[in-house]
Formats: sequence, C-alpha cells, structure tokens
Amino acid sequence: MPEALRTLVAGEASGLVLALDESLSFWGGFESESGTIIDQAHPQVGESLAGRVVTMAVGRGSSSASTVLAEAIRLGTGPAALIMREPDEIVNLGAIVADELYGITMPVLIVDQTTFDAVASAERATISAAGSITF
Amino acid sequence: MTLTLDGRDQEMLAGEHGEAAMLAMRVITRVAASMQAKTLLDISGAHIDSCLYHGQAGLDFARRLADDGAEVVVPTTLNVSSLDLLHPELYRGDDHTRSQALALMEAYEQMGCRATWTCAPYQLDDRPGFGDHVAWAESNAIVFANAVLGARTHRYGDFIDICCAITGRAPAAGLHLDAARRAEVVFDLAAVPDRLLELDVAYPLIGHHIGKLVGTRIPALTGVPAGTSEDRLKAIGSAGASSGSLAMFHVVGSTPEAPTLDAALGDNRADVVAMGAADLRVARDQLTTAATGERLGIVSLGTPHYSVAEFGRLIELLDGRRVRDGIGFYVNSGRDIVHEIALRGWERRLIDAGVQIVTDTCTYITPVMADHHGVAMTDSGKWAYYAPGNLGLDVVFGSVEDCVESAVAGEVRRDDSVWADA
Repeated sequence: MPEALRTLVAGEASGLVLALDESLSFWGGFESESGTIIDQAHPQVGESLAGRVVTMAVGRGSSSASTVLAEAIRLGTGPAALIMREPDEIVNLGAIVADELYGITMPVLIVDQTTFDAVASAERATISAAGSITF
Repeated sequence: MTLTLDGRDQEMLAGEHGEAAMLAMRVITRVAASMQAKTLLDISGAHIDSCLYHGQAGLDFARRLADDGAEVVVPTTLNVSSLDLLHPELYRGDDHTRSQALALMEAYEQMGCRATWTCAPYQLDDRPGFGDHVAWAESNAIVFANAVLGARTHRYGDFIDICCAITGRAPAAGLHLDAARRAEVVFDLAAVPDRLLELDVAYPLIGHHIGKLVGTRIPALTGVPAGTSEDRLKAIGSAGASSGSLAMFHVVGSTPEAPTLDAALGDNRADVVAMGAADLRVARDQLTTAATGERLGIVSLGTPHYSVAEFGRLIELLDGRRVRDGIGFYVNSGRDIVHEIALRGWERRLIDAGVQIVTDTCTYITPVMADHHGVAMTDSGKWAYYAPGNLGLDVVFGSVEDCVESAVAGEVRRDDSVWADA
C-alpha cells in the first residue's frame, strides 16, 4: 500500500479521483460557491472538485488562493484530499486554517512520481490518517 | 528535520499568551514544518494581504483572532482592501460584500494594524531597512522588499501574514536565508538598445518576460544602466510577480545585494539568457488584447499604487489638458501618497483634468470603474495581465505618455516609433 512521502495535513478522506492536467490557481481559477473550475484557459474548466481526491503536481497562483480554498472547504465544495508532488505553502495554508477554524480536514499529501501517477489513473482513492493511500 | 521552538514559542503554543497567540503559533508551526524550517526567527514588521475580502473564511479567521484579543507585536501595515473608503461613491458591488469587506477591514484595525490600505508599503516613510526580517504578503510588495530594500521576507500570503504579526515570529526558511537569495539564472540585456532602456515603458516588459521564464529560480539582470530608479525596479518586480512567481531578483549595479554579478551569484553557477528588443516587443503584445486606433473607454494607472514621482510625471504630461469627456481615467494610489500630492496642489489639478484618483483599493480587484465604452489602456504590466480575466476588458499596454495622449484624443494611440528597427 503506497505511503505519502510527507503528510502536510493529516486526515481521512475518500472519493472519486480527479487528475488535474494542469495546475490550478484557486484565486481566479476556481469558484468556492460551486466548487468548479472557472479558469477559461484550464483544460478542465467546468469540472467540479467537490468531494474529489484531486491530484495536482505543483501549486500555482496568487497567495489569496489560501482564503478561496479555506472557503470551499468550509462550504463543502472543496476537494476531499489533495495529492501533490511538491509542497505548496498557499494550498497548505488554506487546508491548515480550515482545519483550525472549522475542524474540517482536507488531507494534503506529498507522494513520489510512481504513486502520483497510480493515483491519478485510479477511479477512486482512500486516504488514511496515517497517510497511506488505497485505490 | 524537526522544528525546534524556543521557550516563548512554546509558551504561545501552550496558550500562555492567550487564545489568539496560540492559534497564530499553531498555524506558523504547521507551515514551518511543511517548509522544513528548523527554527523560527524574529521579525521587525509585517504587511497584511488578508484584509482583502475573498469570502466568509477570511472574515471568520480575522474575527476569531480579534475577538480573542489579538494585538500585533510589530509595526504592521495593511494592503489594499475591497473598498475605497475615501471615495465610497465609486463602489458598484453588492451591499452584502461591502459590509463583509468593511467588517474584515475593521477586524484588522482592531488588532492594531495601521490603516495604510496600500499595496506599496515600501512607499511609506517607515519602511524596512537592509537585512531586516519581515513578514510581507502581496506579491509586488514581497519582491520589492527583497530585491530593492534588501529586507528579507518569504512569499507570505493570506492567514500566515497576520499570524507572524501577532507572534513576531516567522519560519527561518526560504528567502530569509542567505543561500536562497543568490541568483540562479542571468538575463543579459546588453542587446537591448540603450534608447529603449531609457524609457519607463521597457521595465514592466522586462519583468513580464523574465517572470514567464524563471519558474522558481532567482534571476540577476545585467546590461541595465546602473542606478535604475525605484519606480522602474517596482515595475520589473510587479510584472514578474504576475506573469510568474518572482519573489526576488537582482539588477547588477542597482539592487543592494548585487554590486557585482559575482556578489549576486555567490557560489551559484548560472545559465546566461540573452534578451533583446524582440523579447520586449513580444511581452508588449502578450499584454495587449486590442488594436491601436480603437475607441478608448478607460485608462488605469497605478498598479502597484502610484508614487509621488509617478504622479509628478503624469502632471507634466497632462500639461493642463483635459481627458476627453466620457473616458474614465483612474489612478490608484495609497492615501498617504495622495495626501502628499494634495499638499503639492496636484490632486486639484488632476481632478480638474478629469482624472479620478482611487485610494485604498485597486481598479482590477473590486468594481469601482463605471461602464465606459471602448478598450482600456494601462502602463502597468500587472494590470494588463489581470484585467482581461478579472474585468472582461480588452487592454492595450502602453507607456504613460501613450495613455495620456490617448485619453486626450479619445482613441488608442501608441508611439511605436521607439520599437522601430528594435
């Protein structure tokens, strides 16, 4: 069973996988009310992130994205979990503050390329509090 | 690698300095751990971006801290908000957002932050000095602090900025550390004609170009005249922090950590990328979505907030002429700068010329501009980058001279002779 290299925000989650083809800037590229991608230049514009285990290799965009992500987690329109290759402080902050303020955890895991690719091509994935991933 | 906290950090984490300091320290230590910092360090100031309203979560966080009695322990300035408090009649958004935005601003003032409402805190009298550790948010301010002031801030953003201000601490990681500040790639501008580098319009284009190419690397620029002005360095930084995530750069002979290229590089070896006039022309065209000769609706200047020197140049260019009726001519600036230009008698002259000054916020982040028919012009690389997506406008990037001449004429005019043979 693959393990995260690092668990930046720990928690349990399960959901259908959405593999992002390109990084998404949560500020300007994502609408927290609906949980959908609104960046017209993003190849998956219109897709919903709500409740999905989202794979996104690296983060992107404005630091205001932390608030947008925290707001989506509060509303229940955010991802169930984020699986990444590289840590991104802006994404982390959104998840950390949602956890601290509302007690809602959206796990953020850093994984190696093999695990990343395997999760990205899976239909569903489940994350344990200890950071192991089943799919 | 584990994070080691000093006694006072541990007290805060244990709640001995109150609920607010505990929450702030929890957020900082969690972020510090993800950055693999070994310790925290003292900061001497902070600049807060979280005061711009993006949803209930931002307000919940600020209210929680303020209600728990949070007080900043270092001098702390506030970035732009969603509202222009000095010109409230300009606001065209809905009432709910206005009241939420106002509540957010009040929460930050309640915590002891200064009501500066500017994205250019480096234009205030009291700014960090060389080597000072600070926690600044807002991308253009971060890159200016690091590159131009030689102060040290990592790329902070929402939430952690105020946590650092409340605790006086920040993760000892990233751009706070010597090694992370040295150049990793060199852009050589020797092939850019001197007559282009003598013009303000070249600098946002230089920033836009390098921002697209650097990724997470820190660039050093060579071949730029020594002693490049702060306004030109501000234009490089803000454009590069929009097209990319530029948080630090060196201009050899102009920025304080780059008296020589060797000093900027330290022990790093770096590829050299040659830049020419063609790169700047491409940047100009990437920042332009409409053609010259079109009907002009809007001019927006002052992203980042205009400086006194930039206002001086605008007054000179207007030379007593008026903007054509029906054109919205907006200049964003901080209230402190606007106070200064009012004392000089310039604010009156600008109003008489048909210029609308916007304070406390910016025309690309909140609805303050009226509906004007026609395309928009700007001298800002950052505004040109964001306005088409944020506002749905077509934009022509030009020099401030082009913006003024177009506004007087009522149609987009750009002096492209400077690019001839370039």
